[in-house]
Amino acid sequence: MITRFDEIMGRRGEIMRGALGMDYSRFERSPIAFDYEAMMSDHGYSLDDIVAIQTTAGVGNTPLLELRNITDLVRSISEAGKGARIFVKDEAANLAGAFKDRRASVSIHVAKEKGYDGVIAATSGNYGAAVASQAARYGLKCIICQETFDSRHIGQPEIVEKARVCEAYGAEVVQMTVGPELFFHMLELLDQTGYFAASLYSSFGVSGIETLGLEISREMRALTGADPTACVITHAGGGNTTGTARGLQRAGATTTQIVSASVDLSGLHMASDTDFNRKSFTTGHTGFGVPFATWPDRADVPRNAARPLRYIDRYLTVTQGEVFYVTEAMAKLEGLERGPAGNTAMAAAMSLAREMPRAATVVVQETEYTGAGKHHWAQLNFAREMGVEVRCGDPADNKPGTVIVIPERPEQLQAKDFDLLRMRKSYVRNAVKAAPADYVPTAADVAFLAADTKTDAATVEAMLAELREA
Amino acid sequence: MNEPQRARAGDWVEVERMILDPSQRSKNLPPETAAKPLMMWVKGFAQSDGAPGEEMTVETMTGRTVAGTLSAINPGYFHTFGKPIPELAHVGRDLRARLTAFRAQGGAR
Repeated sequence: MITRFDEIMGRRGEIMRGALGMDYSRFERSPIAFDYEAMMSDHGYSLDDIVAIQTTAGVGNTPLLELRNITDLVRSISEAGKGARIFVKDEAANLAGAFKDRRASVSIHVAKEKGYDGVIAATSGNYGAAVASQAARYGLKCIICQETFDSRHIGQPEIVEKARVCEAYGAEVVQMTVGPELFFHMLELLDQTGYFAASLYSSFGVSGIETLGLEISREMRALTGADPTACVITHAGGGNTTGTARGLQRAGATTTQIVSASVDLSGLHMASDTDFNRKSFTTGHTGFGVPFATWPDRADVPRNAARPLRYIDRYLTVTQGEVFYVTEAMAKLEGLERGPAGNTAMAAAMSLAREMPRAATVVVQETEYTGAGKHHWAQLNFAREMGVEVRCGDPADNKPGTVIVIPERPEQLQAKDFDLLRMRKSYVRNAVKAAPADYVPTAADVAFLAADTKTDAATVEAMLAELREA
Repeated sequence: MNEPQRARAGDWVEVERMILDPSQRSKNLPPETAAKPLMMWVKGFAQSDGAPGEEMTVETMTGRTVAGTLSAINPGYFHTFGKPIPELAHVGRDLRARLTAFRAQGGAR
């Protein structure tokens, strides 16, 4: 028997085509390769056009702040001569409080231009607020689909707050219990309403983030005379990394090291009804970061514009306790009270800056707004209520979902390197698996996979040989 | 203030609806999720009078009509910051002291 679920999922391609107003099949080159740059530029907007769209939308041009106190704190625990200067792009100053406004502003502009009556996005995070805010400005209707509650109807405080703010901007918020079928219901709503799919992973959204990289390069050149040595990016679905890195490249900042950072949530299942409220981060974590980097095309669009492995030079993980500690430190030392998830990269940057010479510079490329529910205190109080232990100690003892360890001293902040080679191999394996079983990758496929993993043809050939042997 | 016992047509309310029962759910879910129905809540203007637990339809902010069980009348938001976290109380004091000491030595370590 064909269920309603099967029926809608079977029409997924057709529904999304209508809802995106874009035919992705034009970019396909083989069962493995597609023309990424052609897809990214298909909307026809230059970077200047996007800057203009965002200026009208009230988005971008956020302050870049040097964190002199945090820098000196890092220097106080570094070897002689070490401790890079740390800067932060205060993206909380955007209209709806996060860099996600950049993403939403372009998507909503496109929806309006194409004549849609409304927009739909599936998101439990800042992107919902951004879409709702921009939709309000453009006079479009807006539905946000959220995974909000466990089966006991207990809501994650950060997500409950996000529902509030979306409703404050006049959006209809569809709140659901845990499960990947959120996507199924979003498809049902797209089918029913004919609205535009303001996907996080479309080329429109990811292009909107490029202005962030562009601003960072320009502002750092003005402030320090050079592009940043490293840019640290809170990493979830990969759009933030992809868009920022592309923007830096387009600005000519080719030497800047791209460092992605996620909160370590290893061991927690993202579709688990019981794990759902035992995680104290709803984004910026490895539960999105790893699966989306290693198989970006699992997203709600046929080809994901967020392809972080094309750009990442280094991938760092930090613990929940470290990020909460740094969030508190940012408020107390820099007068910047911001949301915890956005400070994931800050925790990693403090660890990274310790290894770097004093003349080096590190830019943390975002902050996000904070408020009731969406605050490190709220998250920690909630964690305790859910039976998670919270204590001071060595963050190495952190265990996601079981114990959150708040560092006792800044020396204990220690980001860990995630094995990028393993991620790249995993991506290549997934790309091959998505092609028909008897398909033999061509030289063009190898070139595509090399670009998509920031490696070279020989490395990809070696990975393919390893897969054939396995 | 007591919650109203019944919603009247035109009131701002929330309805609850089951989207998928466990047998209709996606395959490959962890067992604790697969055993539960996929539930949904949405707010809108009540299309009729009704008491909590009764079936009604609402008109949402986008103008959609959604049928469900009345789950809340004039639903509010009660998330907070909560109490300060004792394990974080030391952070500001300690780090400011470190910074002062570091700068007193000339910051030249």
